[in-house]
Order: sequence, then C-alpha cells, then structure tokens
Amino acid sequence: MPLVKLMDIAIARSGDKGDGSNVGVKARSPEIYQYLEKNLTEEVVKNHFKDICFGQVTRYELPNLLALNFILEDSLGGGGTEALILDSQGKVHGLGLLHLEMDMPSELIEYFIGVS
Amino acid sequence: MGKNKIIRIANAQGFWGDSILGPIRLVEEGPVDYITFDYLAEITMSIMQKQKLHRPDAGFARDFIQMLEKILPACKKKGIKIIANAGGVNLKGCLQETKKVIRELGLAGVKVGIVEGDDIMDRLDELIAGGEALDNMDSGAAISDIRGAITSANVYIGADSIVNALKEGADIVITGRASDPSLVVAPLMYEFGWTANDHDKLAAATVMGHIIECGAQCTGGNYTDWREVKDYARIGYPVCEASNDGSFVVTKHDNTGGLVTVDTVTSQLLYELGDPGCYISPDCVVDFTTINISQEGEDRVAITGVKGSKATPTYKVSISHSKGYKILGTLCVTGPDAIEKAMLLKDIVFERMAMQSVDVAEEDRFFELFGTNVLYKGMVESNQQPAEIMLRIGAKGTDPKQLDILGKELAPLVTSGPPGITGFASGRPRATEIIGYWPALISKKQIVTTHFVEEV
Repeated sequence: MPLVKLMDIAIARSGDKGDGSNVGVKARSPEIYQYLEKNLTEEVVKNHFKDICFGQVTRYELPNLLALNFILEDSLGGGGTEALILDSQGKVHGLGLLHLEMDMPSELIEYFIGVS
Repeated sequence: MGKNKIIRIANAQGFWGDSILGPIRLVEEGPVDYITFDYLAEITMSIMQKQKLHRPDAGFARDFIQMLEKILPACKKKGIKIIANAGGVNLKGCLQETKKVIRELGLAGVKVGIVEGDDIMDRLDELIAGGEALDNMDSGAAISDIRGAITSANVYIGADSIVNALKEGADIVITGRASDPSLVVAPLMYEFGWTANDHDKLAAATVMGHIIECGAQCTGGNYTDWREVKDYARIGYPVCEASNDGSFVVTKHDNTGGLVTVDTVTSQLLYELGDPGCYISPDCVVDFTTINISQEGEDRVAITGVKGSKATPTYKVSISHSKGYKILGTLCVTGPDAIEKAMLLKDIVFERMAMQSVDVAEEDRFFELFGTNVLYKGMVESNQQPAEIMLRIGAKGTDPKQLDILGKELAPLVTSGPPGITGFASGRPRATEIIGYWPALISKKQIVTTHFVEEV
C-alpha cells in the first residue's frame, strides 16, 4: 500500500485545553473520512505524540464535518500559564499530526488525487 | 419584524493584543450591525487584577479605549453597536475612560451599558461557607489547597444582562468575564426576540460565537492550506449574517484578503473543542455533531441545522492563583558542535548559580534546544548537526531574586564559555510570577448579573 502524508489527505487545527491540547482533523473527502475513521485511531495518534503527550488520547467523531477531534492529555508541560516550553498552548500540534505517514489503500488513491 | 431580517455580527478582536486594524477596517469596509470584541483569555483577569493592585484606575483592556477613539464616530454615524468583554476587573474604570473618549470626540447621545456580577473575588469565603465546593473541575483538587493564593475569581456569565442593556438602548455594552459566545448570542436574542427556551437558536448563535471568537482564524488565518489564502496583510475579519431561524452565513467584507471556505470555517469549529456532543456555554448546551456546513458562494459559508439543549444549572468559574515564579532566557549557539556546546552552557549556568548558593532542584530546571525538533519531537527526523540552535534555559522557584541570578549568568557565557555564542541583545530576563489557572463550577442560583445604562 502506498504511504501518504496525513497532510495530503486532511487539514488540522489545534489549541489548548488546560494542560492538554486538542487536535481537530478534517478529511479532504467523505471517502478519506471513512478511511481515517477506521485508521486514525487513538493508539496511532498517541504513538505519533509519544514524546509530547504523556497522558491519555481520546477521540471524538464529527461525521457531519468529516472531522475527528483528539484530546491529548498532559501534552503542554504544565499548560499555557505555567509551562516554560515553547509551545505551551499546543498551537503546532495540528501541523505536527499532519506529518504522520499512513498506508493508504490503492483504491482510495483516486479520491486522493481527486482532491489534491 | 421583517421576515427576511438579517443581522450582521462581526468580531474585531480575537484576544487582548489583536491588531487594531480589525475594528478600523470592519467599520469602514462593509456593512455590519454589531461588532464584538473578545479580550479575555484564561489568565487575562489575573493580569488585570495585578495591574489594578498597582494602579486603582487600571485593570481593564485599555486597547479598547484606543480602538473606540478610532471607530466611534463611524459607529455612531452608521448605527453600529459594540459589545466587548473589555471591562476586566474594573468595569467602572473602563466606563469612565469610555465616557471620556465619547466627550473628547464631541459625540452626544451615546448610551453605554455596563454588565456586572461576574467578579466573585470578594464573595469567595461566603460562597465556600455556603456549600459551593469550587473544587478544580479538571483535577478534582480542593479549593482549600490554593485559598490563600487566589488572585482573581470570575464567573463566565451568559447573555441575559447584555440583552437587557441592549433593550435599554445601549450603543456600547461593556462586560467583565462574559463568555466569548455570549457576546454574539446576546444581540441575536435581542434582535429576534429569542428566549432562553429557544435552545436550537441559542445553540446556533453559540456556534457563531465559537467560529468568530478568534477573529481572522476563521477567514484564512492559521489555515493548513495557507497558499490558497490571498492577501494575508489585508485579511478580512469575520462577519456573520444571521437569520431568525438560527441559520447564518459566515463571510467577510468584499475586497478584503483571506478566505472563507468550508475548510477554513471547519478548522475553527474544531479549535479548542472538547466533546463535540456536549459543548457547554452559560446560555445552552450545543451538539456540534448536528452542524450542517456548506459553501454558499465565494467566501460565503452557510451553517444550518444546529441543535442544542437547555443550559446546565452551573456556571464555570475562572480562578487564578499565585504559584511561585519562573524565569526563562535564550542564547543562540552556532556550530560546529552546537548541541554539545548548548548542553555545556546549560550545565555551566546551573553550576554558577550553585556557586552563588542557589541550588535549583532537578525538577525545577528547564532547557530546550530550539532547532532540534522541540516542537515536533519524535514526529519528524531531526538534524544531528544543526548549524545553529537556540538554547532556551529557565527555572522555577519560590524566590524571584534567586531566579534572577539565572538571568544574570547568561550574558557572561558569551565571553567565558565555548565559542560561537551570540544573540544576547535584549537584556537580562527577570523572574515573573506563575499564575495558576483553576477552573471550577458554581450554582447559577448564587450569581446575579445586573446592568445599568448611562447616556453621555
């Protein structure tokens, strides 16, 4: 199966929720949403953020927006008001997740080409 | 009321410190009925509280006064109303300055509404004694843990009193810690005669508030596909066209920069979102999984079908407390061996602090080598031999004077450490207070919001 970057099949935005961050991901097509719903799991995201997120990852689905919302607990070094780390508000966690590489089934590639 | 009445609501400030160009351009570049200004983030109240301690006439968003000076004549002429949570912890001070600006501009007949009741700092002991636990809603910790260190306590209030001020003819409504979406919910309740039982309509208005509360972040700002966005310099701030049925269109004024598409708006719908099925505001509970979103035209996105339910019996409270001090400084380190040299610099700083009897415990030490993937740690391949990096070094502690020694030991490294160290032009960093954020819940029965309107 070809490897694709999540960035090529989705867009994202992130922000802070206390000492955690949220990463919202929107698929670029309904077919890609189906694929992400199956494959972009809490485990996959937790593993991608293993050096940043030290708590639980929770996923919520918004099929109406073709979107998934991830909550990354304990990922801001204490949070916006206390942390010394540069990105204490998780502003770049969204683009960070989009660096993820995923195996994409060949039959989905046409949708991928269709939107890129 | 005409059946097709459209109310245009814009947001001109996404946060305290947003560009002054937002409000100036919004009043000049196209039609708008209400402009909202959202100034308050989690710690803003606490910063304002501190300012007020030093100066009794401070403690509100002074930027707001400067903006009023620029836009009020046009607002008055065009009938644009202003709603702002600019009052911080000093509503009266903000009112005085607002009145002063109105008089200086030579305007007359401007009605200013003030909404009070969010500040519970002076009532804390009474409320706690009365059975309000105010436990930390994230960690579950007890309020007694921080009682002595609390520096501000404000309730995220809803739309009610803003609506009442508008009913009395206010042209400008100033609040303290009104929740961000309520600044948008209030004018729509007033214009369309919605009540607290119009759950779906209030939910739709809350979604509108959520979309525009960060200003240009829904019109192409911070958007993944940034190359599609035209003319960032002149990015249009969001304008929503609201209808009585709760549906609305997100757009921006013609001939402005930016981009309004399903993707730019969806990005902002996802911003700082928790459980989408249960988005709680003081005015209602919204189900984000009911939102229908579609492209209606160029730079026009329609939102329909939003469902909501009755508001919860509690308000959220934002409590801030003093939590010690922190200091942070930076030095630029060039290669060869930039990483190795930065690690050495870090050790030297803490050793020289120890030589001055300041031992920083391991867990209170902080360093980060910017340029080695500190932001994308573990996500992208990292360069083992970067030509240049930035050492960010810091510490936490209880004594600011001791922490200041870290700040004094950075510049000397340029002449008394390894070679190729630079970038020390902005002076010595100083320790600053750490403000802890403590979210809690309080029964709505305990909170009465009030308003008054004064004509200048």
